[in-house]
Amino acid sequence: MNRKRRLTDSLVNIWMRGGLYIILAIPVFIGIGLYWKAAPLLNEHSLTDLIFSSKWFPMKGEFGFLPFIFSSVYVTLLAFILSAPLCLFAAIYLTQFSKRRLLNFMLPVIDILAGIPSVVYGVWGILVIVPLVSGSIAPFFGATSSGYSLLAGGIVLAVMCIPYMLNMLIEVFHTIPVGMKEASLSLGATHWEMVKHVIIRKGFPGIISAFGLGIAKAFGETIAVLMVVGNTLNITLSPFKAGYPLPALIANNYGEMMSIPDYDSALMFAALLLFVVILIINLFFRYFIHKTEKI
Amino acid sequence: MKQMAFTYQSGLSSESVTLQNKIEMAEEIKDTSVISIKNLNVKTKDGDILKNINLQIPKNKIIVLLGPSGCGKTTLLKSLNRLTDLHKELKVSGQIIIDGQDIMKAGQNLSAMRQRMGLLSQRPFPLPASIYKNVAYGLKLKGIRSKKLIAHSVETNLKRVGLWNEVKDRLKSPATSLSIGQQQRLCLARGLAVKPTIILADEPTSALDPISTKIIENLFKDLKQHYTIILVTHVLRQALRLADHVVFMYYGEIIEQGHPDDILKNPKTAILKKYLVDGN
Ligand SMILES: Nc1ncnc2c1ncn2[C@@H]1O[C@H](COP(=O)(O)OP(=O)(O)OP(=O)(O)O)[C@@H](O)[C@H]1O
Ligand SMILES: [Mg+2]
Repeated sequence: MNRKRRLTDSLVNIWMRGGLYIILAIPVFIGIGLYWKAAPLLNEHSLTDLIFSSKWFPMKGEFGFLPFIFSSVYVTLLAFILSAPLCLFAAIYLTQFSKRRLLNFMLPVIDILAGIPSVVYGVWGILVIVPLVSGSIAPFFGATSSGYSLLAGGIVLAVMCIPYMLNMLIEVFHTIPVGMKEASLSLGATHWEMVKHVIIRKGFPGIISAFGLGIAKAFGETIAVLMVVGNTLNITLSPFKAGYPLPALIANNYGEMMSIPDYDSALMFAALLLFVVILIINLFFRYFIHKTEKI
Repeated sequence: MKQMAFTYQSGLSSESVTLQNKIEMAEEIKDTSVISIKNLNVKTKDGDILKNINLQIPKNKIIVLLGPSGCGKTTLLKSLNRLTDLHKELKVSGQIIIDGQDIMKAGQNLSAMRQRMGLLSQRPFPLPASIYKNVAYGLKLKGIRSKKLIAHSVETNLKRVGLWNEVKDRLKSPATSLSIGQQQRLCLARGLAVKPTIILADEPTSALDPISTKIIENLFKDLKQHYTIILVTHVLRQALRLADHVVFMYYGEIIEQGHPDDILKNPKTAILKKYLVDGN
């Protein structure tokens, strides 16, 4: 009896440890696999050439990723600027100012928004945002645009990030103890001062991590952006021009034009780049949270 | 006169006092009591938390609120500085007159009103800032800008709670780096810094070791010369040690109140008798 129990115990133990190791091994294998496939390209070109050159002529064997990197960063930052302040204020309003009933109504709505597949956001972008950009926003700023643009990509991405970040921020603000809010108020703070000194201050690491994860998600998002961003090589500051982010490059071209030497390898390098950037963003924000949590 | 002030109460013994008497007593109490609670009700949609509380709280005394868990002691305490506002599901009605002003009336300057009361909760909740800033916080909210004045107040109030020597070399460290007992004294110091006249303390020693408890208790004994202290406790011996007046609550009502030697040693109601027996 005792032996059987001990056997079960150790089996469960092995099973759980095994699961853990597999989970830990997945990103390592992905990283190694991508590097291995990208290696031919990396052998022929220097890393700085690949990242900082804007000459993209696969036929001639020239692979400069700068336009893709630029588009990705542009669209991500645009999405972040459009969504982050909105999410922050909405989360503060919902958790600190509104009636509990409104929050209870909003939570499932946010979940539903977060659960909508990205293709649907893409279709919505084509039907609503693209015409809006070409018909109203661009003319308002005296520009002409087909609508398929960095701005359209940024807006669609922002809308996709909102439920994701809002959810995390609400959770962050809910973990702040009521006693701390009471302490601030009882010392004479107004409601808004309390929010500033306690909610934002105490929630700061959480806010940063929600923002960081939002950025990482936006950077890697593929389908919805690909549908509205125009997919044209461009390095331009104008949000009304088209762009071509990294994920779109991979999704559009993988499996085609494989006759071109190194093309396959170049797409793998794009994937590796995405993988590394998202890893770095995550690690950076986690380190930051770790550093600030001690306040 | 002192005894009379304490006999004005709600509930059970009210039949024994005529209305005329009540009015007379209420008049007399006026000058000695800082807080006068009239027909205070706190309700949720599920039921009543406080039922028609009437209570006079005299100046510069320690009033102990006693009662089983969930009887509404914390809620009563929080009603006094309107922290109940934070919980929108609570419906609060009645009058709470502090220094002649009804704090329940809309348009009150809530911040100034709350600064007249220091709050000490069951667990210490230091603000997410340094030790120094925790004590300076209320002063800055009051609009005091002078660095010298603030530094002076920080030092005096940390000394008052016996924390100065322990922290004077690390005023810039986060308040959470202190032990729980030190944090609780820090919370008292930051409350005293805004110069309140009333201290609301909700089981302030329940998370503390005997030594820290003793420090807080002794502080309270000193402080009552200048402050009115309303203390919630579950420790009967603490009530006996500190209380000038004990209020026993049960299911949102005041059942019995009086001098600790009277009501803790010769309880009149069966409920309090049972509570005292079970509690010991
Ligand atoms: N915000 C709220 N919403 C709903 N019910 C509440 C709320 N706050 C308190 N209550 C209820 O009111 C009753 C009294 O709570 P309170 O915290 O005042 O009790 P207490 O006497 O302080 O108890 P304890 O000794 O355990 O601290 C409890 O039944 C509690 O569940
Ligand atoms: Mg309580």
